[in-house]
Amino acid sequence: MNAMVDALWLIPALPLLAAGMGALTPRRGRRFAAGVAIAAMAGALVLSCLALRSALAAPSAHLFHNFRWFDLGNGVVELGWLLDPLSALMCVMVSLVGLLIFIFSLGYMEADENFARFFCFMSLFAAAMLGVVVANSLLLLFISWELVGLASYLLIGFWFHKPEAAAAAKKAFITTRIGDIGFLLGLVWLYDATGSLLLYDGGSGVLEAGVLGNLGTLTLASGLAVSTAISLLIFCGAAGKSGQFPLHVWLPDAMEGPTPVSALIHAATMVAAGVFLIARVFPLVSYDQVLTADPVHALTVVAFIGAITALLGAAIAVAQSDLKRVLAFSTISQLGYMMLALGVGSWVAAIFHLLTHAFFKALLFLAAGSVIHAAHHEQDIRRLGGLGRQMRTTYATFAVGMMALAGVPFLFSGFWSKEAILHAASEWGVSRLPLYAGLAAVVLTAFYMTRLLCEVFWGSPRSPEAAQAHENRGVITVPLVILAIGSVALGFLGTPAWPWLQSKLTGEAVPPHSLLEGGGLMMLSIVLVATGIGAGWALYGRRVRASADAADPFAAAAPGLFSFLGARMKLDELYAATLGRMNTFGAAFSDFLDRWVWGGAVGFLALLGEFTGSVNTEVDESGLNAGFNSFSERIRRLGRAYSGAQSGEAQGYLRTVAIAFVVLALLVLLGGSR
Amino acid sequence: MSHLQLCLAFSSVLFAVGLTGALARSNSILVLLGLELMLTAAIMNFIAFWRFGPSHAPATGVIFAVFAIAVAAAETAVGLALVISVYRHQRNIRLPEANRLRG
Amino acid sequence: MNAVLVIIALVTVGAAVVAMSGRNLLHSVLLLTVSWAGVAAFYLWAGAEFVAFAQLLVYVGAISMAVLFAVLLTRRSRDDVAAPPASRSRGIYAILSGAAVAAVLLAAVSLAPLSSAPTPPPSVTVRQLGDQLMGPHAASLLVIAALLTVALIGAVVLAAGGSPGNPEDEP
Repeated sequence: MNAMVDALWLIPALPLLAAGMGALTPRRGRRFAAGVAIAAMAGALVLSCLALRSALAAPSAHLFHNFRWFDLGNGVVELGWLLDPLSALMCVMVSLVGLLIFIFSLGYMEADENFARFFCFMSLFAAAMLGVVVANSLLLLFISWELVGLASYLLIGFWFHKPEAAAAAKKAFITTRIGDIGFLLGLVWLYDATGSLLLYDGGSGVLEAGVLGNLGTLTLASGLAVSTAISLLIFCGAAGKSGQFPLHVWLPDAMEGPTPVSALIHAATMVAAGVFLIARVFPLVSYDQVLTADPVHALTVVAFIGAITALLGAAIAVAQSDLKRVLAFSTISQLGYMMLALGVGSWVAAIFHLLTHAFFKALLFLAAGSVIHAAHHEQDIRRLGGLGRQMRTTYATFAVGMMALAGVPFLFSGFWSKEAILHAASEWGVSRLPLYAGLAAVVLTAFYMTRLLCEVFWGSPRSPEAAQAHENRGVITVPLVILAIGSVALGFLGTPAWPWLQSKLTGEAVPPHSLLEGGGLMMLSIVLVATGIGAGWALYGRRVRASADAADPFAAAAPGLFSFLGARMKLDELYAATLGRMNTFGAAFSDFLDRWVWGGAVGFLALLGEFTGSVNTEVDESGLNAGFNSFSERIRRLGRAYSGAQSGEAQGYLRTVAIAFVVLALLVLLGGSR
Repeated sequence: MSHLQLCLAFSSVLFAVGLTGALARSNSILVLLGLELMLTAAIMNFIAFWRFGPSHAPATGVIFAVFAIAVAAAETAVGLALVISVYRHQRNIRLPEANRLRG
Repeated sequence: MNAVLVIIALVTVGAAVVAMSGRNLLHSVLLLTVSWAGVAAFYLWAGAEFVAFAQLLVYVGAISMAVLFAVLLTRRSRDDVAAPPASRSRGIYAILSGAAVAAVLLAAVSLAPLSSAPTPPPSVTVRQLGDQLMGPHAASLLVIAALLTVALIGAVVLAAGGSPGNPEDEP
């Protein structure tokens, strides 16, 4: 078991190695790059399964392996990785879904000339995501977090010559960055308060009882507990990455990337990283529940934001006409559900829903990708139609995914995971609002998914692209089938009758209840699902839209509401008007300062320097040099005068000597000694 | 005037004559001859003092005079060689014309 | 006052004066030889026979020969032995300088406290001279020998004049 923990680093290392090799491959080495990436993911999957096996053997243990990275003054910065059921399950999910999406991409991206670069970036993303999952140190987690953001930027902007794609990549990165600032502040504060960033460290880890107890005693001036403040800051990062309101605006735009990217990153894994983060540090985030003096509990904020997001996402999805945008807002809504589950205290339900959502959302995106690939990149659902007959496998698997997402009871995994969430929400003591929001979203989810299914697959083709669409090759359809199987099977791991997942995740044995546990709530949600599907069928299925230009039935019924929702509740415009304007003003002000104030000061100093320099030159030239020159000139003249005495005439010299001798002799005779 | 003084006066006059000749003439050989006269006068002083002055080492005066004569001979030889060398360049031996080492 | 001395002095000085002011170079050289002989006579009068003979040998014998050779080698034609007298100003300056020097020297001679007591002539045999030369004054002898050698070589080099047969040296 210890060997498994020590080797845990291989799980993210294999895709990272594949990314490195892919980076060095030239454009024509497409098969090599793809092969290396898929092999690495397969290897990671194998290792993840082994890790899961050893983690499940002792589910309550958090096995870790820490090592010293570098010394920082008195403190030591350590990194490490963690093996427990949560991280093992996440590893298996990421590597399995990732592997299937990689295989799908072989078919989907084959026409693209940047094939090798695609797989390199995808491997980088997989490595970073697995790094987030296995990290035992919040520092290592943050580093991997940022790498995930980088990979997302590179992949959203994969077709960078399209201005919309480049803008979307920039928007995604900046929006998540805003969240990451909060995350980093939280980490720094945590390190300052506890002296460590390790999660489990044999007693001194941040999630362990001793350290948490010490942290709990710290409060701010306003009475807010420090642990609450840190938890809220960490939640900022999670909210950014997981597309919670108000930082959700990047997710719909991120659909500019290739569909496999949307499937992997923006459905199954990266957006789930925020949920995973909160679940990972749940002991810290939930600690303030015991502090009665705390004005705000962190999890309350999480629950409400999750509820708002769930409702908001579902509402906007109803009015979207782009295939991938509907799925994007659906993802936002489901992420809201997960955050809601965390907020009301059941992180197990959140993780359960995360796992099932990964499968059926990836399935839905890949099926959408299959449709897009077959219809020559026609994504407007008003211009599709009749594909049910032309693309049978895709239709069947899409239907499975749709039913799982909508929460069709008993058979599909989405029903059980959503039930767990609603059950937990109903037992929350603080407020019933999240429960009501969740129930409302159930209706909307069923409604818009039915609408999507009817518009795309029923009726007859409404455009030439849709007419010529035919089923894709096996390399595209087989992953769809596998994911469909997963969307069904996974649900049975968490039913109340057999709470295998719950007990394994918490490490405690959860007693099995009857299958219809929480019967009233379950009945209610089944009724709501039926209502949603029924309404959807009534509006879109009974009389399928005849042509692309025909009005949407909902739009005909409530045009104002429809256009408001269609414009994403105008939140982007709101941000542009307020924050965008503020930013522009700030930039202009900085430019002014830079140009006139700082630039002026620097220019003034430069002038001063120039003036000093010229004075110096002047003194040097006319003062020193001139003086020196005149002095030398004088000596030269003196020398010339003396040299005039050299007549060259030997007799002249002799005469001079004779006269001198006479003078000397006279001096001696008349003056000196006798 | 004692003998010594007379001898010394004799050599002084000879010296002055030599000097005058060396200064007055422009022929290099005559200038050299004037220099020889001056040297001869100086050597005469030695002998004068040897004869009439107090003598502690009688041979020294003679030896000195002999050496001086030898030196004078050498100097004359070199001087005459110089004159010949100058003649080769100037084609005459007028001393004032050999003033190229002027400043 | 010894009449011999006076005569010797007059002859010597007179010959020197005429030599120095002569117009013919050869005459000047020969007259100067007479002057040197007069000096040798003075040495004999003073009792320094060895020096007298040395004077005759060197000056009258060798130096005058050398000077004559130089005179003959530095004339452009057979009759070019004229030594024109100096210009007026040069002569005046020379005479003045000479007179000044003579005056100073005579003044020094007459004012010096020299003893006028008659002293017997010191006797120095040639043998004694030889012993002195080889003994205490051996070093000086060697130096003089070296000097003469160097002077000889130098004079030869100077007079011969650079590398023989150099075509660029031809006038």
